[in-house]
Amino acid sequence: MDKMTTILQTDHAAFPGASGPAKSRTTRRVRGLSDRAIAWLFVAPTIALLLAINIFPLLWMIRLSFTSLNLSMSYLPLRFVGLDNFRDILTDEDVWVRLQTTAQFVISSVALQVAIGFGLALLINRQFRGHSFWTTIILLPMMLSPAVVGNFWTLLFQPQIGPFNYLISLFTGLPPSSFSMTGQVSLAPWTIVLVDTWMWAPYVMLICLAGLRSIPDYIYEAAEVDRASSWRQFWSITLPMTVPFLMLAVLFRAIENFKMFDMVNLLTSGGPGSTTELVSITLKRAAFEKWRTGYSSALAIILFVTVFGAANIYVKALNRVKQR
Amino acid sequence: MRTLKWLRSTTASAVLGAAALGVFGGGEAAAEGKQLTLCWAAWDPANALVELGKDFTKQSGIEMKYEFVPWTSYADRFLNELNSHGKLCDLIIGDSQWIGGAAENKWYVKLNDFFDKEKISMDDFVPATVVGYSQWPKNSPNYWALPAMADAVGWTYRKDWFSRPEIQAAFKAKYGRDLAPPKSYDELKQIAEFFQGREIDGKKVYGAYIFTERGSEGITMGVTNVLYNYGFNYDNPKKAYQMQGVVNSADAAKGLEFYKELYKCCTAPGMTNAYMQEGLDAFKSGQVAMQMNWFAFFPGLYKDPNVGGDKIGFFVNPAGPNGHFTQLGGQGISVVATSDHKEDALSYIKWFAQPAVQQKWWQLGGYSALKAVVDAPDFPKSAAFAPQFLESMGIVKDFWAEPSYAQLLLDMQKRVHDYVVADKGTAQQALDLLVKDWTKVFKEQGKEVASQ
Repeated sequence: MDKMTTILQTDHAAFPGASGPAKSRTTRRVRGLSDRAIAWLFVAPTIALLLAINIFPLLWMIRLSFTSLNLSMSYLPLRFVGLDNFRDILTDEDVWVRLQTTAQFVISSVALQVAIGFGLALLINRQFRGHSFWTTIILLPMMLSPAVVGNFWTLLFQPQIGPFNYLISLFTGLPPSSFSMTGQVSLAPWTIVLVDTWMWAPYVMLICLAGLRSIPDYIYEAAEVDRASSWRQFWSITLPMTVPFLMLAVLFRAIENFKMFDMVNLLTSGGPGSTTELVSITLKRAAFEKWRTGYSSALAIILFVTVFGAANIYVKALNRVKQR
Repeated sequence: MRTLKWLRSTTASAVLGAAALGVFGGGEAAAEGKQLTLCWAAWDPANALVELGKDFTKQSGIEMKYEFVPWTSYADRFLNELNSHGKLCDLIIGDSQWIGGAAENKWYVKLNDFFDKEKISMDDFVPATVVGYSQWPKNSPNYWALPAMADAVGWTYRKDWFSRPEIQAAFKAKYGRDLAPPKSYDELKQIAEFFQGREIDGKKVYGAYIFTERGSEGITMGVTNVLYNYGFNYDNPKKAYQMQGVVNSADAAKGLEFYKELYKCCTAPGMTNAYMQEGLDAFKSGQVAMQMNWFAFFPGLYKDPNVGGDKIGFFVNPAGPNGHFTQLGGQGISVVATSDHKEDALSYIKWFAQPAVQQKWWQLGGYSALKAVVDAPDFPKSAAFAPQFLESMGIVKDFWAEPSYAQLLLDMQKRVHDYVVADKGTAQQALDLLVKDWTKVFKEQGKEVASQ
């Protein structure tokens, strides 16, 4: 507090026109605020903003999830339907299929991203010529907007003019227009995994790189002295010490992929049929195309609880790994 | 110090003066410069409407501003706007299926009194467009829009390919009849199969382009053209909302199977999620022999330097074994209930309804629904596609226009796409599931749904 008063006094000194009584009033007012009050003063706008744009909509959504509200039929009286929306969702076979599709997408893409990202991190961690250049090139995809990525991969996958099919035909001998990456039931799920991996493996690489760089050199030097092979060093030093970072990457990517919407929507619109319809697309369709506000609020809550619960369990596991 | 005081007072005066000028000057400008915002889809006819609107501005002094949104997000964008009682649009050219929701939710201004006052009679418009774009409830004298853009699904074909002697000879040798625009879906499939994979001018071409889009309304707007002609109906004409055995009749299932066969045998690779623009691209690039699309695009195609003029021909949606119908498109123009400029918006509708304006609308590339224009003796000769357009407007059927149309539409998108493109289940199963979906939606809406 003394320091603050001093600063204020110095400020007053810079304005000789300021009158004496006014100066003392200001000083008294500032002196009258406790540290706690000042802290609240600074935090209050953020809290107000959070309440307005996060907490209030969340509470409102919880309220709506117990109603029959459908915005395309807002002339109908709003009915309280209890847990009907939740029951409808949890007994709807289609929703379970969408959840399975989402789980398959999350597991496949995160597994690939971790494998490729970790591999890239091991490569980039070595010093070689053009190291910075290649790092930048590898990081480029994750800097692009998902909308851009969705659009240009759609063009790349175009069966008649898309270079991707021509590239595959070079290796397999298949005619380029004989298969459609986004239009075939057997290929479309892998297509979205492929594009997501292309875009986000560099992100996993960055996290892994941070992990690799945090391992002190002396541990490897000690291993060298003990004549441990490179393979042994990898299994006994590198991998265990980067596991917390890998787990963090898995957490971030899994949460993001569970919510994945824009890129998949642009690539396949959830098709062919409903083959790549992730639960986020189902939610968007229910909320903003079918206008089933009550139902979609309930679905959003179920998804939120699922992600939040899974993330909490995972974080606890992560903490246990860190403590080891 | 005195200088500082002078500076402060001068600045304050200047700011106050500028503010005053801004307020009063702006007020005057606002009074003089009236403006209306018209919302519609971003497509060829919208450009024609901009051109036409210049006459309205000249006559009324009201500036026209336009909000055009691509078709794929048109419904999302504007239904969101209407749902949230936004003030973006004063006038809206809304899709035919919106009319139920717009009327029930009071998004549009009811136009009966205005029509009576201005002596605008709905009898002067093509009946299908009045029912399709203006009335809610259907077939009742309650009007919520003025028919603005008549439209239906039609077909274009490569007249130059069809007329080549070697192609004609090959077709006759194979099918024993002359190659001509198809009158039935069986004929259409034969022609499509004939062209599929054929090499023309050193380029591999494909039989037909049909709608398959998943996200908005595409595959539904395509498949219904076949379904109607095989016997599909939305409900029992004698018992409203009775869908069992009507939507999923054996004939309707055959129609759905036919659409899938057409998709599998005769479309270009990769057309798994294609709608209007993809069709235009396929046709303009010389990739397909026949193209399903909306009449709205035909003026633009006719003008195309590569495939237009003598190279393009048009035909009406072919008949099926149980009828001859085509899917209605098009929209009516309405005044948005939350607009602050309702009177000006009504004056636009009054102007737009005039026969001279409607005639110019047709000439510029829009499709008038006014009988005085389309029933004029010289109308069939006024454009290469005018006779087909006239015939089509006499056989149109539309999708549900219930307030819950979006749910009904998305359910059909899913079931049809699952069967046609994703090979899931049978046609009968797809339609059975559709009946189940639609029954649920109507029950939620409080409708009584009879099972038989």
